Amino acid sequence: MSRVVVDPVTRIEGHLRIEAVVENGVITDAFSAGTMVRGLEKILIGRDPRDAWAITERVCGVCTTVHALASVRAVEDALDITVPPTAELIRNIMMTTQYVQDHVVHFYHLHALDWVDVVNALKADPKKAAELAQSFSKWDKNTPAYFTEVQNKVKTFAANGMGIFANGYWGHPAYKLPPEVNLIAVAHFLDALAWQKEIVKIHAVFGGKNPHPNYLVGGVPCSIDANEVAAINSERLNLVKKLIDQANEFVNEVYIPDVLAVASFYKDWSKWGGGLSNYLCYGEFPTKGFAQPEAFKYPRGVVLGRDLSQVHPVNPRDSQEIKEYIAHSWYTYDGGDQAGIHPWAGETNIKYSGPKPPFDTLEGFEKYSFLKTPRWKENPMEVGPLARLLVAFASGRADVKEAVTSTLGKLNVPVDALFSTLGRTAARALDAELALGWLNEFFGQLMERVRINEVSTFNGERWEPKSWPAEAEGVGLVEAPRGALAHWIKIKDGKIDNYQLVVPTTWNGSPRDANGKHSSFEAALIGTPVANIEQPVEILRTIHSFDPCLACAVHLYDPQGRHLHRVTFE
Amino acid sequence: MGQSIWKSMEQKGYSRRDFLQFCAAAATVAGFNSSGMAQVVSAFEKKERPAVVWLHFQECTCCSESFLRASHPVVLDVLLDVLDLNYTETLQAAAGFQAEKCLTDTIEKNKGKYIVLVEGAVPMGDEGVYCMIGGKTAESILQTVAKDAAAVVAWGSCASNGCVQAAKPNPTGATPISKLIDKPVINVPGCPPIADVMMGVVTHLLVLGKIPDLDSQGRPKEFYGRRVHDTCYRRPNYDAGLFVESWDDENARKGYCLYKMGCKGPVTYNACSVVKWNEGTSYPIQSGHGCIGCSEAGFWDNGPIYQHLPSFPGFGIESTADTVGTVVGLATLAGVGAHAVVTNIRKHGVIAEVHAEDQKE
Repeated sequence: MSRVVVDPVTRIEGHLRIEAVVENGVITDAFSAGTMVRGLEKILIGRDPRDAWAITERVCGVCTTVHALASVRAVEDALDITVPPTAELIRNIMMTTQYVQDHVVHFYHLHALDWVDVVNALKADPKKAAELAQSFSKWDKNTPAYFTEVQNKVKTFAANGMGIFANGYWGHPAYKLPPEVNLIAVAHFLDALAWQKEIVKIHAVFGGKNPHPNYLVGGVPCSIDANEVAAINSERLNLVKKLIDQANEFVNEVYIPDVLAVASFYKDWSKWGGGLSNYLCYGEFPTKGFAQPEAFKYPRGVVLGRDLSQVHPVNPRDSQEIKEYIAHSWYTYDGGDQAGIHPWAGETNIKYSGPKPPFDTLEGFEKYSFLKTPRWKENPMEVGPLARLLVAFASGRADVKEAVTSTLGKLNVPVDALFSTLGRTAARALDAELALGWLNEFFGQLMERVRINEVSTFNGERWEPKSWPAEAEGVGLVEAPRGALAHWIKIKDGKIDNYQLVVPTTWNGSPRDANGKHSSFEAALIGTPVANIEQPVEILRTIHSFDPCLACAVHLYDPQGRHLHRVTFE
Repeated sequence: MGQSIWKSMEQKGYSRRDFLQFCAAAATVAGFNSSGMAQVVSAFEKKERPAVVWLHFQECTCCSESFLRASHPVVLDVLLDVLDLNYTETLQAAAGFQAEKCLTDTIEKNKGKYIVLVEGAVPMGDEGVYCMIGGKTAESILQTVAKDAAAVVAWGSCASNGCVQAAKPNPTGATPISKLIDKPVINVPGCPPIADVMMGVVTHLLVLGKIPDLDSQGRPKEFYGRRVHDTCYRRPNYDAGLFVESWDDENARKGYCLYKMGCKGPVTYNACSVVKWNEGTSYPIQSGHGCIGCSEAGFWDNGPIYQHLPSFPGFGIESTADTVGTVVGLATLAGVGAHAVVTNIRKHGVIAEVHAEDQKE
C-alpha cells in the first residue's frame, strides 16, 4: 500500500493537494485538501451591498464574472429588483462568452496534457497529421506546412529547455494517442492560446475589461445608443459579431473535433472516475427574467442515483436542503463539529489543526482541508457541465437531449459512458457547444432590441439605499462554467450583515462529511488505476476532468463576528 | 536556454523582418521612440532568454489570465521565445514533486540570474498556514526563491499591496511582497494589471537589463505616472461640468463624466485610458462604469465604489495653485480660452453643489 501525494496539483486555479492510497495499482481511498484561505466573506460584512459584486468577482480570475453575476442576483433578489430585458440579454452574452472561453482554455491548457504527449508529437508525420485533421475538420489552417511549422517550433523549444512542458509524464504508457493526433492537439493548444484572448473582448465591450469586467446591481453599466459614439453602437455590435463568428469557427472546427478525436482513443476512461451518482444544477440563462426558472435554457433540479426518469426540485431558501459540514475541515462549530448548518445560520471559526509546515503528509489528521463540505438533503452532489446536461436530459430538454445523443453516437458509447472521467470531459465540450449556440441567439435578440430601440440597461427604482427595507435577505444562483454557485446575502440598515458563498469546487472538492461520505473528487478517484505511483497521470486526468477552482472553493465567514482566529498586523 | 532571442527566433523560422517587427512592438510597449529601436534590436540579439519562475500565493489567478490576453507581443511568442518560464502552476505540465523540481532546479542552476514573478499576497497569520504549497508555507517559498533572484516583480494588487484579502479586517494577515523581502520589488498593481502593461514591464526588464524608473510605491512610472482622470477621453466633459447623473441616463449615453457615479479615476494612477484593455478594445469608463481604483494601495477600503470622491489632494490638474493661476492668467492675458474659464467655473459650481448635498445628508 502506498500513499501518493500530488501537491501542487497544477493546471488548475488555486492550491489543491491530493493524497491517494494506492493498493495493487488501484486507488482505494483519497483525500482532497484545499490549502489556501483568504476570508473574503468576513471582509464583505459592513460594506455596501452594491459593491459586493466587485469584491466577490475577485474570488476567481479564471472563472471571472461568475461571482459578480451571483452577487448582483443575490442583491436584486433581496431588494426585489427586476432587471430590464436588454440588461438580462447582455448578462447572458457575457456569461455564454465565459462558458465558451473557459471550456476551450480548460481543454487545451489545463486538461489536454493529461492525454496528449507533447514529446511524442515530434515523431509525427506532418503530412499525415494534415490528412487526418482534414478528415474531421474543415479548418483551413490544418495543412502540412502548418503542422511542420508547429513541429519545428516544439523541436527547437524542446532543445532549449522545455519551459512549461518540463518534467511532464511524457512517455508514460497511459498516453495512447498516435503521434499525428498528438501533433494536431499541440498545434491547436497554441492556436487556442491565441484565440482565447479574442473572444473575451466581448467582455471588454460591455464590461470595460477582462479579466474582471464591470457589473451593476439593477442592470449592466454600459448604455446602448445607436446614434451616439460613446455608447454601445453599431461599431461595437459589429465587433461583438465578428468575435462570435470567430468563436463559431474555432469551437466547431477545432475544439469539438479535437475533443472527439482525443476521446475516441481513450474510451477505457468511460469506465473510471464516475464517482458520485447525484447531480445538482441551479439552472441558467434566463429568457423571461430571473424569476421564471422554467424558462431558463438549463433547467434547475437534482438527479439522484443516476435515475434520469426523475428530477427533484431545489430550494436554496429551505434550511433543511443545503447544509455545510466541517467534520474534516479546518474550522470549528460552537454546537459541535459534527453538525450540518444551512448557510443562513452559518457560523465559522477558522482553526488550523493540520501538521506544522513543512510537512510531508496529512495522514493521521482528522481535519485536512480549508474547504467546507456542502450537502443537499444530506447527499453529496456533483456539479458542473455533466450535472447540467444530466438534469436537462432528465427534464426532457430537446436541444440538450439531441446534443448528448448525437455525441454518444459519434463516439459509439452508451449513455452510461457519461458517468466517468471521459464523460465529464465530453460533457464540457457539449456544454460549450450549447452555450455558443445560445450566445448567437442572445446576440440576435440584442440586435433586434437595438433595432426597435428597447435599449434600457438599468432599473434604478431601488438604487438608493433610502428605498431599501431596514432588513432584507436574498439568494443569487448561477450555473458557473464549473457548476452550481450560490451567494446568500443579508442586508441590514443598508449594509451587508452576512454574506456567504457555496461554490462549485466546494461541492466537488470538499473533504468527506461527518458520516464519512466522500465528495466528488475523492469518490471519483476511488477505483481508478494508477500504473506508476511516481507518475500518477491518472489522478490528474480525473481531478482535471472537474476543472477545479480552489480560490473559489475556500472561504470563511462569521456572521456573528465571533472568535475568528485572531491575528493582529501592523 | 543560453541563446539569444534573435537566435532562437531565427531557428524557429522567423525572418529578420519578423524579428524587427517583434522588436518594434516590444519597443512601443516599453515606451521607446523610433531612435531607441537600434538599442532594442541590439538588446534582443544579445540577451539570453532569462530563466523565470512564477509563484502563486493568495490570489485569484486573474494576473495569469491577464498575461494570457497580451496582444503585443502575444503570450505564445513570449513563452516560446522571450522567457524561459520553468515554473507556473497555472500552465505547467508537471505536477507534484516533478513540478517542485522545476522550481528548485531553476533557482539552483541560475543563481543571481533568474527573475521571480509573484502573483498573490502572502498570509502571515498563524505562522503562514493560510497558504501552503507542497506542504510549505507561502512565506518560506517566497524567501527561498527570492534570495538569489536578479529581479522580483509583484504582479497585480495582491502581491503589490495585498488587494482584496488584505481589505479590512484582513483575516489572514495578507501581506505585500515588498514588506517581506529585503530587495527591490517592481510593483505592477491592478486587479489585474493590463496585459500589455505586464508585457511592457517584461520587455523593459529584458531590453534594458535593469529595473525601470519607479515611483514612491515601486510602480513603473512608464505606466503608473499619470492619473486615469488626466488621460481619460471623457475629461473634457468633467471640465465642462457635464456629468452622468444616474446609470443609463441620457448623459450616460452621451459619454459624460462618471465623477458623480463614484469614478476613482481622479485618484488612480494607471494606464487604462491610454493603453486600454484587451488590445485596446475598451476600458471601464469607456464601457460606462467608473474606475474602481484597483491599482491603488488599499483601494477596497477607500470608501464605497459608488460614492463620489468628496475631495482629494490635487483634484484636477488645474486645481493646484500653480495650474489654476496659469489657466486664468493665460485666458486673461491672451483673451482666449474664455470658454475654458466659464466651463471650469461651471464645473466647480457643480462640484460645490454635490458637496453641499453631501453635507445635508
